[in-house]
Amino acid sequence: MGEKILMKGNEVIAEAALRAGCRHYFGYPITPQTEVAHYFAKKMPEYGGTFIQAESEIAAMNMVYGAASAGARVMTSSSSPGISLKQEAISYAACAELPAVIVNIVRAGPGLGGILASQCDYFQSTKGGGHGDYRMVVLAPSSVQELYELVVDAFNIADRYRTLCMIMGDGMLGQMMEGVEFSDQEEIFKADKGWAVTGTGMTRENNMITSIYIDPEILEKHNLKLQAKYREITENETRVETYNCDGADIIVAAYGTVARIIKNVIKTAEKEGIKVGLIRPITLWPFPTATFEKYAEVPKAFLSVEMSAGQMVEDVRLSLNGKSPVHFLGRMGGMIPTQKEILEKIREILK
Amino acid sequence: MAQIDIIFSGFGGQGIQAAGKLIAYAGMLENKHVSFLPSYGPEMRGGTSNCHVIVSDDPIGSPILNSATVVMAMNRPSLDKFEKYLEPGGILLVDSSLVNRRPERKDIRVFEIPATQIASDLGNLAFANIVMLGKLIHETGAVSAEYIEKGLKKVLPERKHYLIPDEMKALKIGMEY
Repeated sequence: MGEKILMKGNEVIAEAALRAGCRHYFGYPITPQTEVAHYFAKKMPEYGGTFIQAESEIAAMNMVYGAASAGARVMTSSSSPGISLKQEAISYAACAELPAVIVNIVRAGPGLGGILASQCDYFQSTKGGGHGDYRMVVLAPSSVQELYELVVDAFNIADRYRTLCMIMGDGMLGQMMEGVEFSDQEEIFKADKGWAVTGTGMTRENNMITSIYIDPEILEKHNLKLQAKYREITENETRVETYNCDGADIIVAAYGTVARIIKNVIKTAEKEGIKVGLIRPITLWPFPTATFEKYAEVPKAFLSVEMSAGQMVEDVRLSLNGKSPVHFLGRMGGMIPTQKEILEKIREILK
Repeated sequence: MAQIDIIFSGFGGQGIQAAGKLIAYAGMLENKHVSFLPSYGPEMRGGTSNCHVIVSDDPIGSPILNSATVVMAMNRPSLDKFEKYLEPGGILLVDSSLVNRRPERKDIRVFEIPATQIASDLGNLAFANIVMLGKLIHETGAVSAEYIEKGLKKVLPERKHYLIPDEMKALKIGMEY
């Protein structure tokens, strides 16, 4: 590991992508993630790569489709309303099995909403924001250091499975500065991209990248192939952190920056004799169902804390399948749940 | 020192973000946990630029502060807005060259430093934030002066490193004020 430096989350995203071998970035500015593009604009020429501020988010995502079809490591980034615009091309890229990384530094919605931190895009990210039966891997970092590590991983996962991989952060994570240590050498998964459309040189049959299958039998077969791949990803790539869960009175489910707040709550609650556990999904899809099953009968109740009206809580309920009561606490609009209100909720549940 | 929650606030151009970044860098070099969060939302309107900095012995939870143990207010709107954020017993540092009212609360420790005047006497108005920072680290022990110097080397581009001896002089004046 190198020297620890103080860096902004958004800049770390771009630096991590460059270290992971990403040489093509297409995006369109939007608060609170514009520094990602700033950093690429400054650095990409040094690497001989491509930086394009596209004419729109839609164009940017279609450029990602093009570069990924040619086998390049490529990414785009945006924030909630911009990610909505990309959905058509995301669905196309999912059908065409294109490996690419999409970063969503979520801001409060719906609509143009506000520019402060939120987790209101959980459904959009994990349940298919675009049309059709597709999934993408969704990684939710909770610190700037983890943001770096997960961006590198995202490129490897994308190439390993020929899949889309999303980094879902929030405005807080994008804007904050924290210490980060980069490793001297990134582990890069070298994929055989024999499928890419790079020109045949008249030496082989042509490859084809497409998202249209008019014949229903062929399209169903293609869907079954995608589903098998999603099962494989679920088996191999599900990631979760558990903290303080054994013998806990209550287990909180939280991801991203909210999980950091819960770690403070755990310390404060301990002083009152309440043992609070934390299950922090790192992959929001695939969701760490097995971890919830494992702890289902440990606490008196579960509590999902989110910066949303209650989205991940549905997956917590599905995972526990009625084995334990599940409560919810959420803030919206860019408001952050405070330690105090979380602790009050915990006391009320355990009363 | 377990955890110090600091709100830096003032006009844009007073080096508010720079002061926050500097103490965060210094704390990190001193092997503490740190976070720096600039204001980027609607709170930027209305005459204040602010940032939240946490320096802690333990890993940091939320980088957003709902209350603070230290507030550094470099103009009147900052004092009006953030005096109430202080926890009882907290430390309020005011640039008394620019703020034309006295703090109201009696349950906090108040330090009024004519930082802009001191910086002006030193011949560089841009040092006002460093004078304030000197008092801040002296009263809180958040980081040592030695690490502020190391932090300056990281935060300032090389072509500005010639300023560091003068910055350190301003820091010392603040510490001893």
